[in-house]
Amino acid sequence: METNGPVWVIAEQMDCRLLAVSLQLIGQARKLADRLETSVEAVLMGDNMDLQPQQLIAAGADRVYVGNAPDLADYQPELYTELVVNLAKARQPEIVLIGSTAMGRELAPLVAASLKTGLTAHCIDLVLDENNILEARIPAYGGLLSIICPEKRPQMATVAAGVFSIPEPDETRTGEVVRMEIPEHLPGRIQTLEIIQEESEGVPLESANIVVAGGAGAGDLEGWNIIAALAKTLNAALGSTRPAVDEGWTDLETMIGQSGKMVAPELYIGVGLSGELQHMVGIRNAKVMVAVNNDPKSPVFEQVDYGIVDDCREFVPVLIEKIKEYKEKQVTC
Amino acid sequence: MLNIIVCVKAVPDPKEACNIQIDPATKTLMRCDVPLVVNPLDKNAMEAALKLKEKMDAKITVLSMGPPEAGNIVKECLALGADQGILLSDPAFAGADAYATAYTLAKSVEHVGSFDLILCGMASSDGSTEWVGPEMGTFLNIPVVTMVKEIVEIGDEWWKVKAGFETGFRLVRVKLPAVFTVTRELNAPRALSFSGIIKARKKEITRWGIDELGVPEESVGIKGSPTIVSKLDSKESKRAVEVISGTREEKAEYIVRKLADEGVI
Ligand SMILES: Cc1cc2nc3c(=O)[nH]c(=O)nc-3n(C[C@H](O)[C@H](O)[C@H](O)COP(=O)(O)OP(=O)(O)OC[C@H]3O[C@@H](n4cnc5c(N)ncnc54)[C@H](O)[C@@H]3O)c2cc1C
Ligand SMILES: Nc1ncnc2c1ncn2[C@@H]1O[C@H](COP(=O)(O)O)[C@@H](O)[C@H]1O
Repeated sequence: METNGPVWVIAEQMDCRLLAVSLQLIGQARKLADRLETSVEAVLMGDNMDLQPQQLIAAGADRVYVGNAPDLADYQPELYTELVVNLAKARQPEIVLIGSTAMGRELAPLVAASLKTGLTAHCIDLVLDENNILEARIPAYGGLLSIICPEKRPQMATVAAGVFSIPEPDETRTGEVVRMEIPEHLPGRIQTLEIIQEESEGVPLESANIVVAGGAGAGDLEGWNIIAALAKTLNAALGSTRPAVDEGWTDLETMIGQSGKMVAPELYIGVGLSGELQHMVGIRNAKVMVAVNNDPKSPVFEQVDYGIVDDCREFVPVLIEKIKEYKEKQVTC
Repeated sequence: MLNIIVCVKAVPDPKEACNIQIDPATKTLMRCDVPLVVNPLDKNAMEAALKLKEKMDAKITVLSMGPPEAGNIVKECLALGADQGILLSDPAFAGADAYATAYTLAKSVEHVGSFDLILCGMASSDGSTEWVGPEMGTFLNIPVVTMVKEIVEIGDEWWKVKAGFETGFRLVRVKLPAVFTVTRELNAPRALSFSGIIKARKKEITRWGIDELGVPEESVGIKGSPTIVSKLDSKESKRAVEVISGTREEKAEYIVRKLADEGVI
């Protein structure tokens, strides 16, 4: 019997903190590895990475490869790629999972092309088929498409934060921590000089209790501002669909869905959007869902709890007034 | 002279309502006749090239892999001001995943000859993997910066760019030749001009197939693609919707009460 190579997770840290998506991927890698009867290995690059490997082990990793050096503190494309590719050639992983973060979205294709293998983008589920081949699921054509990489190895996929949940840490788990050799001559064609975080205005999507998302139905910037005003009234985070980003009404950071953010608020109100699966997968775990759309036949109405058929530019201002009335009443009694 | 290659993809017009759906009975794609347009972010890549050409001595080559009809979008880029347009069209190229697409484009770049900067969109509106630019850079063994949103400094050899990074940005120093994939923040693409359209009439599109590239058939199209679609399942869980009726006021009042009852506002 052929033994399987390990299941890999390329972990990521920012300012020394492990990203949630890395732990989420370890949890899913554990499930895949148990079925494949193999181990979970994490690769982590950064500086001062002393405690983080144990966190990955507690989440389910059996072995953590750590690249620890001041030069690795920030994501460095060439160096990170070289380290991952060389280690992958030695360890021959069966599967490699990477978060759909800014880093992951760049590093994943650099590694995949170097290893001459396939890579599935922004998956919303990962399962093994009857032949133990990885099925990476993505929404497409109004359904869920399974993509496989039948021959080339490793099988690679990126996954957004929030697709899988963080496993309960088991502090009693033990694992091996292996230091990676850092090349003395750093590759020299590209360098990250600095990573700067900007304070984003408004309520962050990831932690919002209420999300108001707008789509192409806003019509123009004026219509978009009406939807943004609804978000403000509800103290909600503002989300969007791809056309709203393409039109320049809002930033890419607000996009919800397969290639955007995955969120699970108490309340979601989708305004002027059609319920396309690539958007809806990003919000499938919301508790209560409302849609406003002027087309009674819009597929969005099959995917929400409450539907309002109306022109959003006319209806939303009325809704804002009613919410304000409700809130005022709440304060006085 | 700065040799710029812009990769543009012909995509079904994202503004057209008709989406490609799967026929639930036959499980085949129900395509509808949506016209092909330049992928939105590739317009930003094209604009970046034109801006560079205004600043310095540059030559712009547009490269697109697609069906013969994609010639129209190459023509459009010529009308915008590209100097040369190449369409990679061959039945052998069909069905390519991001890997095979990047490989074919990389081979064509080698065929074009000298180049300093390759500009791609961050993502295509239909494929949307974001892989083609970085994989192409890997095949060409040159550095890649994804999500470029500002070109900060243009040096003789080293350039400095700002690239999107989570909630902020990344400042990157990179040596040319390199691949940049660009975001919408980089610029505002210009509209076609009448004189541009007239001038483009005289420009010829170069058409290359597998023979011109001299690559084995197993390395392109569906044969050269490590990933394949294995199956399509129907949509996930649905919710039972309550459609609210009444006047605008009544609907608004009702939904506010419902959401208050549910304890979510
Ligand atoms: C690989 C891939 C990944 C993708 N990833 C994402 C993603 O992460 N997130 C995402 O959002 N999209 C994503 N997309 C795009 C996605 O497929 C859809 O195109 C997009 O979600 C549709 O946005 P929309 O609903 O705003 O626009 P449309 O589908 O155009 O819908 C607009 C809706 O507004 C309604 N409307 C029009 N006027 C009004 C009015 N006055 N009042 C009320 N309603 C009105 C219309 O009836 C219509 O239903 C992806 C696509 C691909 C191919
Ligand atoms: N068939 C193609 N021809 C030319 N350029 C392409 C093609 N496919 C993708 N690209 C380029 O790669 C970018 C990213 O595409 P994708 O990886 O599909 O998201 C696009 O914005 C284009 O610049």
